[in-house]
This record gives sequence, structure tokens and C-alpha cells, in this order.
Amino acid sequence: MSMAKAITLSDTTIGKKVVMAVTGLVLYGFVVAHMLGNLQVFMGPEQLNGYAKKLHDLGPVLYAARAVVLVSLVLHVVMVVQLLSRTAAARPIGYRLKKNQTTTYAALTMKFGGLALMLFIVYHLAHFTFPGVSMAAGYKHSATDVYANVVSGFKVPWVTAIYVVAQLFLGMHLYHGAFSLFQTLGLSHPRYVEKARFVAQTLGIAVAAANIAMPVAVVAGIVK
Amino acid sequence: MQSRLDSKAPSGPIETRWDRHRFGMKLVNPANRRKYKIIVVGTGLAGGAGAASLGEMGYNVLSFCYQDSPRRAHSIAAQGGINAAKNYKNDGDSIHRLFYDTVKGGDFRARESNVHRLAELSVNIIDQCVAQGVPFAREYGGLLDNRSFGGAQVSRTFYARGQTGQQLLLGAYQALARQIEAGTVKSFPRTEMLDVIVVDGVARGIVTRDMVSGKVEAHVADAVVLATGGYGNAFFLSTNAIGCNATAVWRAHKKGAFFANPCFTQIHPTCIPAGGDYQSKLTLMSESLRNDGRVWVPKSAGDCGRDPAEIAEKDRDYYLERLYPSFGNLVPRDIASRRAKMVCDEGRGVGTELEGVRRGVYLDFRDSIKRLGEAKIRERYGNLFEMYERITGENPYKTPMRIYPASHYTMGGLWVDYNLMTTIPGCFAAGEANFSDHGANRLGASALMQGLADGYFVLPYVLGNYLASAKLASVDEGHIEVKKAVADVEERIEKLLSIGGERTPDSFHRELGNIIWNNCGMARSAQGLEGALARIPALREEFWQNLKVTGTGESLNQTLEKAGRVADFMELGELMCRDALARDESCGCHYREEHVTEEGEAARNDSEYQYVAAWEHTGDLSKPTLHKEALEFEYVLPVARSYK
Amino acid sequence: MSKTMNLTLHVWRQKGGTDIGGFETYKAPEISEHMSFLEMLDVVNERLLADGKEPIAFDSDCREGICGMCGLVINGVPHGPNAATTTCQLHMRHFNDGDEITIEPWRAAAFPVLRDLVVDRGAFDRIIQAGGYVSVNAGSAPEANGLPVAKPDADRAMDAAACIGCGACVAACPNASAMLFVAAKAAHLGLLPQGQPERYERVKKMVAQMDAEGFGHCSNHYECMAACPKEISVDFIARLNRDLMRATVVERDHEEKSGGAG
Repeated sequence: MSMAKAITLSDTTIGKKVVMAVTGLVLYGFVVAHMLGNLQVFMGPEQLNGYAKKLHDLGPVLYAARAVVLVSLVLHVVMVVQLLSRTAAARPIGYRLKKNQTTTYAALTMKFGGLALMLFIVYHLAHFTFPGVSMAAGYKHSATDVYANVVSGFKVPWVTAIYVVAQLFLGMHLYHGAFSLFQTLGLSHPRYVEKARFVAQTLGIAVAAANIAMPVAVVAGIVK
Repeated sequence: MQSRLDSKAPSGPIETRWDRHRFGMKLVNPANRRKYKIIVVGTGLAGGAGAASLGEMGYNVLSFCYQDSPRRAHSIAAQGGINAAKNYKNDGDSIHRLFYDTVKGGDFRARESNVHRLAELSVNIIDQCVAQGVPFAREYGGLLDNRSFGGAQVSRTFYARGQTGQQLLLGAYQALARQIEAGTVKSFPRTEMLDVIVVDGVARGIVTRDMVSGKVEAHVADAVVLATGGYGNAFFLSTNAIGCNATAVWRAHKKGAFFANPCFTQIHPTCIPAGGDYQSKLTLMSESLRNDGRVWVPKSAGDCGRDPAEIAEKDRDYYLERLYPSFGNLVPRDIASRRAKMVCDEGRGVGTELEGVRRGVYLDFRDSIKRLGEAKIRERYGNLFEMYERITGENPYKTPMRIYPASHYTMGGLWVDYNLMTTIPGCFAAGEANFSDHGANRLGASALMQGLADGYFVLPYVLGNYLASAKLASVDEGHIEVKKAVADVEERIEKLLSIGGERTPDSFHRELGNIIWNNCGMARSAQGLEGALARIPALREEFWQNLKVTGTGESLNQTLEKAGRVADFMELGELMCRDALARDESCGCHYREEHVTEEGEAARNDSEYQYVAAWEHTGDLSKPTLHKEALEFEYVLPVARSYK
Repeated sequence: MSKTMNLTLHVWRQKGGTDIGGFETYKAPEISEHMSFLEMLDVVNERLLADGKEPIAFDSDCREGICGMCGLVINGVPHGPNAATTTCQLHMRHFNDGDEITIEPWRAAAFPVLRDLVVDRGAFDRIIQAGGYVSVNAGSAPEANGLPVAKPDADRAMDAAACIGCGACVAACPNASAMLFVAAKAAHLGLLPQGQPERYERVKKMVAQMDAEGFGHCSNHYECMAACPKEISVDFIARLNRDLMRATVVERDHEEKSGGAG
């Protein structure tokens, strides 16, 4: 074998997937932390607002963490755009009839679901972080009273509907993403593969359920 | 004419013949090798290994195959294994024993020098394949496993599950791929060789047709190697691949290469019987099944249509066990095949009735399952049982398998000397395409061995020797003989396309196959052969009057491809029958009903027929000239085969 | 007596690589249940030919499930409805009288259609040429039993080596990815001691060629494994990913120093 052209990992489709897996793991971590923080809404306004203040007071550490998440998100998106633009050309003429045998709905909706999540993230930031759109009538978004923002923000039924749908996509995205991560990073092992699928599925459902619980609790009047 | 058949086989002690011969051969300086262009047609074990090895040495190699990739050549379908005299089992094997078994198994119609070289090289083949990453079966200690195969008394067969041919071919294919990457080999897949170019009596290239674009083209070279496999598809139904054909060897034959022993065709006893007139090929199942299966037919023809489960033990005829008490169901391939034909001819065959005859016998595992349990049988033959069920829809654990013999391998082929060169100087033949090593019958697990021995370890030497000694004039695409060969091929294609008759190539092929199978198959007689020799030319004439081919020559046209191949089988089939008629003895696979011992076995006639029959094309298909290469046996003295 | 059936076929017809192509419908009456799928097409073709039409072009060779030449997408599934079965080994008893069967070629940019149902899989050959081999010249091999190979490794290598290169994995993959093919070959050689010296270079080169051929990426649908007639496992894909990471992140790039003997 003569000398190989020196390729770097990210030149390859596999490498791009590896970047997606690693950044996905970071984003997964963020989603879980974010969820755990938000769940404090069930513990009352003092708890949630106090937590929000603590976060703010972290200052540079918080900005560093946000930067890591943002860079991960950008890389995750850049990689998927690169991969999808390649793959769109990989089958220019499709089948008249194609039956899938093993794939899951979660796997098939990764592309669409990912795009939906992107749009949702933009909306979510606009909703609760800045400038604070689509709040209940008469309520003005507050930079410090997070609890009031949540209660007011979810009082609007169509807003809650958006959140619920988005969380369904998130749950599926986390399921297929987490399951794929083992395979993409070469950690998959036949002995554990079904267990890994179960864990990924359970976690995906748990995160989605917990995130849905919050807006639903507001609509149901449990959180007020 | 006898002088043209100089085998160049060395004399002296057989153990050192190849060594001494190699030392006497001329060499090409490594720096000069790239100046020599060598064409290798076929990418099976012989062609793939040959092209790769010649490329490794630095020659400029062109490799051709009709498949879409060199990896698909039909060597890939070999199931059983590959023999080698490694003696890893410490059971008394040796190069001399493998040599002895092969000469004897070939019923004393092979050349001793060639066979001994084959046995010597067998050990190198295993080393080479293991180094390439062929995943042979291993024992728990990590060393290579062996099994006994085809009734051999020693365990010398190396195997890779039931896919030995596939794994060996992938090894050769990968070696070839490496040379393609290195630029020493240029690959031409989906390209069919349609003629050999002979200039001043020397092979200087080939004419090919690109099977996608239809482009007919000349490739000029310093030597041509034909490794294009056997001609078993002359029978139409065989275990060969659909595309296997004899066009390359037959074109070479018509340009001056003698054809040796064309009637030596091996019929494999354990194949799945034909199910109807739509049948396109027959599937072989490993003959290891005969280790535990019992072969039988009903005693009475009246029982043949009944459910086998209802046929009582006393009404069953375990005919192999009855006729051959000591070998029983494990008699050699030719005997097992012939006996199956005989019982079916008596009207005692089973299975679907085709043209009024049931052609099948039972291979029954009932007793083994009772003795060993279904689990044990599944462990030994599970994949074969599955394959059988996939094809027939019947469960062989519950109802006996039905088997029937089918054409499997052709021992005959282009006559070659010890250097694998045909009677056209510069044109070589390797693997199944030549005739040299198996005599009148090939032993199990020896075909793979021969293909790889020729490819890895013989062609590299003999090509160098030829190129270093030949004085080759400069020839290019503009040479008059080259242009003429191209024009001839184009004219022939045009002719096939323009007949405008009514019958398809397959219908002619089927009819031809039937004639050959019935008269030059498992049993032959002067009367039958004479009948075939009258019918084949008539059929050939009809072919050229009444053939129907649609489409054009300038595109992918599978009907046209078939038509060209059938045209050549029409001529080769006649020579097969002519050879079978001329060989007025029985030997190995060649069973002449007139020459049978009292026990009904083949009766050889060494005093008159201990020779290789090499046929020269004279321009008149009905009058080829027979040349005889006398065979001498100094180390294995001819004896009668007995399996009673 | 054996069952016969009447079928309606919708078959992709395309005269050549540059032709647009489209579906044609053919009746296939009185098809025996014992025929293989390709024998059924043979029968249809004989009738087309008798009518002076051009037969449907499709690839096949060994017709016993090992050469990898055949391959049709039958009613939306590569190699048809039966698991672990090539098209040539699929028999008509798995269909019913009156069935409509849609037959399409493998669809991938890297497998351009040559005619009708025949595609060019040269991309697979080029991937092997890029590095899917052990560099050992004829004649230079050491004694075969000099290097023991643990039986589990040899068996796993054989599992991977069972690949017939048919391309059903690509045809089945929603992304037209060739990962299963590449992974199988890399694992076959990478699991054996003989394949170790070139293990990481091999993976880099094969993956680079796979990408250059225009196959899609893997997004873990595992449709490839379901379609594979040899049931090759996606575990080998995890292994390929692992080896590529090691090859590009850990292993040094090899640099050839000039200068020869003497």
C-alpha cells in the first residue's frame, strides 16, 4: 500500500457523523440540565427565580457554557447540512415503491424533526429570553421573574400546542440520536445493543414527558 | 503432426521435474517487464490469480471478464474446499499421495508431470491464501482445520464454511484490485472476448465486445492467457453460471488451438432435479450430504408417484448400498451419477415427470436423524437443508430430498503443454479452460487447487520464459490481421442480428443441451453418439436460418450475447460427441455402454486409448483431425478402479 | 400438482444510461410456483422475444445466491420479500395468483442504470481497489500455520467476508449509503492478524473512496442489514467507525522515505 492521502476525520461522512454525535451529546446534556432547571417551576416561584438568579450570577462560567452549547449547535447543524446536501444527490431517482423493514419513525423524521427543533429553538428564545413574544394578553416579559414568564407564556393555548409538538419531536430526536451515538462512536456492542435502545427510548420519552408536563400544568391550572 | 504435440514435460525423477524445469526457463529482467503486454481473459481463480501475479511482477496486464465485476467469476460458487498436501492431520498425507490419488482418480488419463507439479504447489497455495486473509476454518487452538472430502482416505481439504470458492476468489480478486490500483493491471469488466488475433502463427491479441456500448475492439498484446472456465453449459442445464460459455476457447480452437478430451465432462451426483421446462440452471448441493444420507428409489415403478413416507422399508431399493456394499452411498461421483440415471431409465425415478420420465432419486436422512438426532443433522447440514427448502419448498427433515446428477465440471479443454501453452504459440490456457491435470475424472476439492496453482505459481514462470525467448514482431491495431479479426467479429454479430427467424437462442440451446445430455452425458453408446452427430449439424443449420434476435448490436443486448454463445456450443457439442465416439473405451466419466465390466463398471482399454485426444480444427466441422499424445505412467501404475 | 398463477408486472424499462426510462406493464400468465423469480422473468422475456420485442435486461449469473450479480427491488424491497435470500433464490411460491409486482433497479447515483434493471456497481470495485486487500505478493507468504488465529476471530472474519457485493445494502438504505459493504470488507481483513499491518490505512482509503463515489451517509436505519442476503450485521459499521476514528485521530500519517537498497 502506498502512502495514503492524509485525510482528517471531518473530511469523511463518518467523521461528520462523529462530530454530530459528540456535539449531540453536549446538546443532550444541555437539554437535560435545562429540563432539570425548569422543573423547579413545580417547586414554586422562589425556587425557580432563585435558581435563575444563581445561574446569572455565575457570570463568565455561564457565558462559557452557553458558548459551548452554541458552538455545538452550530457544528451539529453545519455537519447535518453538509451531510444532507451530499445525500440528497446520492439517490437522484427514487423508487416508485419502497418498503422499509427495520427503520423507526424516529429515525425517518430526524431531518424534518431537526429542522422543526431549530425553528422551535429560535421561537423559544424569542418567547422566554428576548424579547419575550406571545405572552398572555396584558403581561410584559420580565428579565428576572422567570416564574411569571412561564405561567403567562403558557396560558396561550396555541403556544402550549407548539411546545407540546416540539417536545414530541425532541423526544424522538433524542431517542434516535442517543441510540445512534453508540453506533457512530463505535461503542455499540451486540451484547448491549438492545439495552442501549431501551435506555435511549426511555430517556427520550422521559425528557419529552417532563418538558410537556410544564406547559400542560400551566394550562391545567396546576402551576399558576 | 505428432511433433506438434510436444508436451515439453520434463523427464527424470518426478520430485524435481518442476524445479529443474523452472531453472531451465528464461527470465525477463524486472525493468523490462512493463514493456510486455499480457492479456488475461477471465477473472476466476486461474485468471484472477494469474493477472494479479503477473501484475505484481511488473508486467503490463489487461484483464477481461464478462461479469460486471471480476469478483463474480463462477469459481465463487465452489462450496466444498481445496486440497493441499500439508499433512496437518498427521494422517499420512504427502505430496506423493496427493499426486497418486489425483492420477488414479483421473483414471490414468492425465499427465504425470503436471499432476505432480499440482500436488507440489498445493502447499504454497494455502500459505498464499492465508496471507491474503482468506478466513479458512480453524480449530480452537487457532490452527487450520481440515476435513476429508470426496471419499479421500486422508483429511487434506481446507475450507471456509460452505463458501470456499467464494473466499479464495475474493483473495485473488483483492490481489487483482491491488494491482489495478498500482496501475499494472487494467480491468475490463462487462467485456466479452469474441476472437483471438493470430499474426504469423502467434497469438497477438483478442477482439472484444463491450457488452454495454456494443463496441467491438482489438487489444494487441505479446501473449494471451485464456482462463475462461469450462464448457459445461453445452448441456444447457448445468451447475455453471448462466453466463459461463465456451466462446473464448472455441474461438481459439478455430484459430489453431487443439481441443483435448472434449468428451471428459464430470457429472455431479447431488444436484436438485429440474422442476419444469422453465428450468434455467441446476443447483449443486455439497456431496458431503452422502455421508449421512441414504440413496434409494422404490423397488417397483408403480410406487414412484407415491408419498415416500408411505413406501415401506421392504419396498425401497437402496441401490448403492446393494451394489457397492463396502463404499455404499460414498462411491465416486461418476458411479453414483450413472447408477441414478440407470434406475431412472428403468422407470423407478421419483419427483416431477418431465417428458414422460421422473428424473430423481431420494436422498433420505430419516435414519441419520433417528440415530443422531435432528440437532446433529442440522449442525452438519443446516445451511444445505435450508437451501434445498428455499428452492423446492420441501422440508428435508420431514421428507427425503430428491437429487439427480447434473453437468458440473469439464476435465477436457484446450490442449496445453507443460508450460500451459496451447498449440497457438503465445496463447496459454489455465484452470478449467485447459485439460491438463484431472484426466478423465476430477477429484473433489481439486478444481480450486488447479486454478490457483496455474494462476499464482505456474503462469508467472511460463509467461516470462515465453516472452524472454519469443521474437515478436511489432503489431498494432492497424495490422491487417488485426483489422481482419475485428471485421470478422463484426460480420458475425451482424449475421446473428439479421437472420430474422422465429426461434430464440434459449430454445436452440435447450434442444442442443438435450441432445448432448442424452447421448454424451452419463452414458454414451456408438449408436447414440452417431445419432447426435447427425442431429447437431442439422440443428446448427436451423440455428443459422431461423434464429431470432431483437435489438441492436450497439447496446446492452443479452439476447445477442446468448446467441453468440449458443452458436459456439453448437460446434463444440459436435466435437464432444465426436471425441466420445472416437474414444471406444470407458474411462472415468466417459462411460461407453459397449465397454463395461461384468459388474457394470467402466472398462478401460489402456493398450489402445492411453492417450490424450487432441483435436485440430480443419475448417470442416465434420472432419477435425485427431492427434494423440501418448501418456506414460512411471510412478502410478495403471490399475482398475474398484469400489465394490 | 403444482400451482400456477397469473401476475401483472410493472417493470422499469430504460434503453440506456442517458434515456429517461419509465414503467411498462406486462402480463405474466401461467407462472409455476416452482419457478425462481428470474426464471419467471426468463419466461416473460421468451414471450417478449417471440413477439419481436426487446426482452427485459437484468443481471444474473450463478443463480445460486453467491455471485452477487442479481438484484432487483421487488415490491419495494431489495431482493424481494424473503429474508436472507437473493433475487435468484426467491421462488414464485411466495407470490399469489393475481399479484401485481413492481420491479425496479437498484437506485443510487453511484450505481447508474445501464439498461432496464441493470446497474453499474463499479464503485464497489473501486472501493476495494482503494485498499480492500492485504498487500502480499504471490510467493512471499509464510507457512500458513505459522500464525494462529483465534477461532472466534476467524469466525467473525468469515461472517463479514460472506458479503457477496450485490449492493442491496445501498439499494435499501434511505440515504443510499454503502457503509455496510465497506464495513464488512474492512472488518473481514481487520479482524485477522494478516490484515493488521495495513488496518488503519486501509480503512482511511476505503472510506475516502466510498465518499468520493457519491454514496450517502449512514444514519442508522439498519435497512441495509434487513436487505442483506447474507445477513451481515451492522456491528461491523460500529467497528468501521471506531477504526476510522483511530486511523485519523490517533495513528500517525505514514510518510515514505526516499532511497533504495545499496
